[in-house]
Amino acid sequence: MYVFTLSVTAGAILVLAMPPRGEIDVTAVVVISALFTLLESKVFRFRIGVGLGMGFPVALASCLMGGPWAAAVTGACGFFVLRRTPLVKRCYNASQYAVAGFCAGTVFVLLGGHPGVMGAGEFPYVLVPVAAAAIVFSVVNAVLLSIVLSLADDVSVKQVLMGTLVKSVPASLGYGLFGLLMAVLWRGVNVGTLAALLVLVPLLVARWAFSQYGAEQDAYEATISTLVQAVETKDHYTRGHSERVSRASVMIARVLGMREDRINALRYAGILHDVGKLGVPTKLLQKTGRLSEAEYEVIKGHPLRGIEMLSNIDFLDEAVAGVLHHHERVDGLGYPIGLVGGQIPEFARVIAVADAFDSMTSTRSYRGARSVPEAVEELLRCKDTQFDPNMVDALIAALDRTGWSPSDVPMDAFVDAVVAEADAVARDHDDPTFSVSGTEELA
Amino acid sequence: MTPADRRTEDSRAGNLVVGAALVLVATSVVLAVQHPLHQVSIAFAFGAFIAIGELVRITLPGNREAAPIGAAAALGYALLGRFGTEPTTHTVWDVVAVTASATLLGAIPHVAAGRSPRLDVLARRVLSVAFAAVLFRPFYDGGAGPFAHLDASHQNGRLALVMVGIVLVTDLFDAGVAALVRTERDRAPYLTSLRSELQVLFGLSSAIGATGVLVALAAQVMTFWALPVFGLPLLLTQFSFRRYAGIRQTYAQTIRSLSRVTEVAGYTETGHSRRVSELSLAVGRELGLSESDLVDLEYAALMHDLGQLSLTDPIPGGATVVVSAVEQSRIAALGAAVIRQTGVLDQVAVIVERQADPYRRPHELVDDSLPVASRIIKAANAYDDMVGDSQESARRLEALERLRLAMAYEFDPAVVSSLAGVVERVARFGF
Repeated sequence: MYVFTLSVTAGAILVLAMPPRGEIDVTAVVVISALFTLLESKVFRFRIGVGLGMGFPVALASCLMGGPWAAAVTGACGFFVLRRTPLVKRCYNASQYAVAGFCAGTVFVLLGGHPGVMGAGEFPYVLVPVAAAAIVFSVVNAVLLSIVLSLADDVSVKQVLMGTLVKSVPASLGYGLFGLLMAVLWRGVNVGTLAALLVLVPLLVARWAFSQYGAEQDAYEATISTLVQAVETKDHYTRGHSERVSRASVMIARVLGMREDRINALRYAGILHDVGKLGVPTKLLQKTGRLSEAEYEVIKGHPLRGIEMLSNIDFLDEAVAGVLHHHERVDGLGYPIGLVGGQIPEFARVIAVADAFDSMTSTRSYRGARSVPEAVEELLRCKDTQFDPNMVDALIAALDRTGWSPSDVPMDAFVDAVVAEADAVARDHDDPTFSVSGTEELA
Repeated sequence: MTPADRRTEDSRAGNLVVGAALVLVATSVVLAVQHPLHQVSIAFAFGAFIAIGELVRITLPGNREAAPIGAAAALGYALLGRFGTEPTTHTVWDVVAVTASATLLGAIPHVAAGRSPRLDVLARRVLSVAFAAVLFRPFYDGGAGPFAHLDASHQNGRLALVMVGIVLVTDLFDAGVAALVRTERDRAPYLTSLRSELQVLFGLSSAIGATGVLVALAAQVMTFWALPVFGLPLLLTQFSFRRYAGIRQTYAQTIRSLSRVTEVAGYTETGHSRRVSELSLAVGRELGLSESDLVDLEYAALMHDLGQLSLTDPIPGGATVVVSAVEQSRIAALGAAVIRQTGVLDQVAVIVERQADPYRRPHELVDDSLPVASRIIKAANAYDDMVGDSQESARRLEALERLRLAMAYEFDPAVVSSLAGVVERVARFGF
C-alpha cells in the first residue's frame, strides 16, 4: 500500500511537473539517467550511506543541471537497475529516488539556484543551494526508507530515522561535491559527458581501494586465527582458546568504551596471546602430574617468546605489551616482570581476565568445564589480588548483557589426526585454580 | 637496510632517468633566469600543491613511492589552458622548473626526517610532466592553437579529448620508464616489470590522470578553487590506498613473524624460512613471476615447514632434505592443510602441498601442473638445508653440484641455473 502510494506520487510528479518541451536538454537527461542506472547496478556494490548508492552524485548533478523534473526522471530510472530485484522493490526504489530528487531540485530552485547555469559568476554563492539540495535529498531518502523499514520490522520510525540520518547526511555533503563538480564541468566548461566520467574516476578508484582494504583485512584476520589454531594443535585441550579469549577481551573492551581501533588491536592481542607457547617443549605442555619448579619456570617464559615473534609487526605495538604482560597480577606476584596494579598495560589486564575466564569454563583433562556462575565467583574472589577489579566488573556486565557461548571451533579431520598422535594429559597454567604445588587454591 | 633498499642503489637505468631529468631541470633553470616566469601567481598556486603533494606522499605495495596530489597538480599545470578568462602563456620549460623546484621543496621535510625520497621516482615525475607538456602546449599555444577558430564550447570539448589522450600516452610512457628501473633493480624480465607497472596504472594512475585533466578544465571557471576542490577527492583516494598498503604490509610482517613458529618450537634451524624465502624471491623475480605470484611465493616459502609442527619429534636440524620422500610429502600435505583452512590462501596452499614433488618422473613428460613456485621452493629449501647460514664457498659449490646432479628428475634445470646465479652473485657482491 505504502509502495503503491509512493509510486503514484512519483508518477504524478513525472507527469505534472514536466516543463515545456523546449526547456529540456534531452541528451543530458538521457545520458545522466543511464549513468545513474549503471552506478546503482550490481557492478558497483559500494554504498555511500544507508540507502544511498554510488548513483547519488549523479542524481544530484541531474538536479543541478536540469532542475526538479530532470532529477525525478533520473531517480525513476533506478527502476531499470541491472540487478536481480523483485518488481515491488524496483518500484519502491525508483519512486523513492524520484521523490527525493524532485524535492532536492525544488529546494535548489527555491534557494536561488539556476539549474543548468554553472558559470564563473555563480560561485561561491551557489554552494548554499547545492548543499541544501544534497541534504534534502538524503533526508527525504532517509525518511522514506525509515517508513518502509519500520513497516517491515515493526520498529518505531523515529529510531530507524535517527540512525539513518546520522550516517547519510555527512556522506551526502561529501559525495554531493562530486555532483557539483560534474555539473560545473558539464555546463560551466561545456565538456559534456566526458566530464561526468572523469569526475567519477577518482571516486570509483577510491571506493575500489577501500573495498580492497576491507577484503585484505578479512583475509588477514582469517589467516592469523587459523595459524594460531594450528599452533593450538600442540595442546588439544586448549583448542579454540585463543579465539575465545579474543572474543571475551573484546566484550570487556566494549563495556569499557574503548576506541574502535584499540579494540581491533586487542582482538589480535587476544588471538596471539599464547603464541609463545610454541617455544615451550610439547612434552612439558602435555605433562601429566605436577610440574617441578624448574619446569614451571620454562612455561613462565612463554610471554617473552611470544614477544620475540611478534615484535617485528609494526601495528601491534600496544597488542605486544598485552601479550607480554598477560600473566602479571595486580598484587605484583605475576610474571614475567612482576608489575603492580596500574603499571600493567591495560590490554594485559583485559586479557588476563578473559584468559582465566575461558580457561575455567572449558574442559580440561583433570576436570570438567565449570559453569559460568562458578567461574564468575572465582574471578570475584581473585579480584584485587590477581585481576583488575574494573576488568572483572566489565566482563560480568558484558556477560549479563550478551551471555557466553563457548562454542568450540569446529573440529577438522586433520586436527583430529594430529591430536590423536599427541594424545596426552595436559594441565593448564592459565587456570587460576591450578597452581604449581598442585593445591587447588591460589591467592 | 633491507635487501630491497640495497638493490635500489647503483642502478644504471635509475641513473639514466635521474640524469635525463637533471639535464631538463638545468636547462629550464637557465631559461627561467633569462626569461622570468609569466603569470607568477598561477605558477605559485600549482607549485604549492605539488609541494604539498610531495609532503604527503605514500608508499604503495611493491615499494612504490607515489605522491598523487603532487603528480595531479603537476599534470594539471602542464595541461592548463585558459585560467579564468585569461589565456596562459607558460612554456614546457616553465612546467619543468615549477614541478622540479616544488617537488624538491616538498621533499625537504622528508629528508630532514631521514626518509630521503627515491631520486628516480622524483626524476620520473619531472620527465612525465615534461612529456605531457611537450605534447599538449602546441595544441593550446597561448589560446592560438589549432582549435582557436572554434567557439568556446566546441573548443573545450576537443581540448578535453586531447588531454585525455595525452594523459593515456603519458601514463604509458611513465610505466615504460618505471619498468626500466624496476627490471634492473629486481633483475626481472622487462615485460614482467612493464606488466606490473601497467597494473598499477589502472588503479591510482587513472585517478591522478583524471584529476589532472579536471583541474586544467575547471580552472576556466573556478580559477584557483579548482586545485583544492579536485584535490580533495584525490586525497580520499590516497587515504584508501594508504590503508590498503598498510594492511598489506602488516599481513606480510605477520606471516614473516608467525612463520618463525617452527624455529621457536625447535623444529627448524634459526633463519631457515627467511633465507629460503629470500632466495626463492630472487629466483622467482629472475624467472619473471608476476607481482601477485611473488607474494604467494614468499608466503609459501615462509610457511613451507609448517607441517613439521605436527611431527611428534623434530627432524634433526630440521632438514627435510634428509628424510624420505614419502615423509617430505606428508609434511607438505599437513602444512598445506593448515594453510588451506584460512580460506584465503588457496594458491599458497597448493604451492606448499607440491613443494616436495619432482618436476619430472621417469618415462613421463615434464609435469606442467607443478607450479613454478613449488619448484623454486623445492630447490631453495634443499640448498639451504645443505648450506644453512654458512659462508664457505666449498659448501656452496658442493650443494650446487648436488642440485645439478639431481636435475634429471628432482629439480627443474631452469630453477637450478637461476638459483646458482643468484647465490654466486650474493656470495660475490652481497646482494
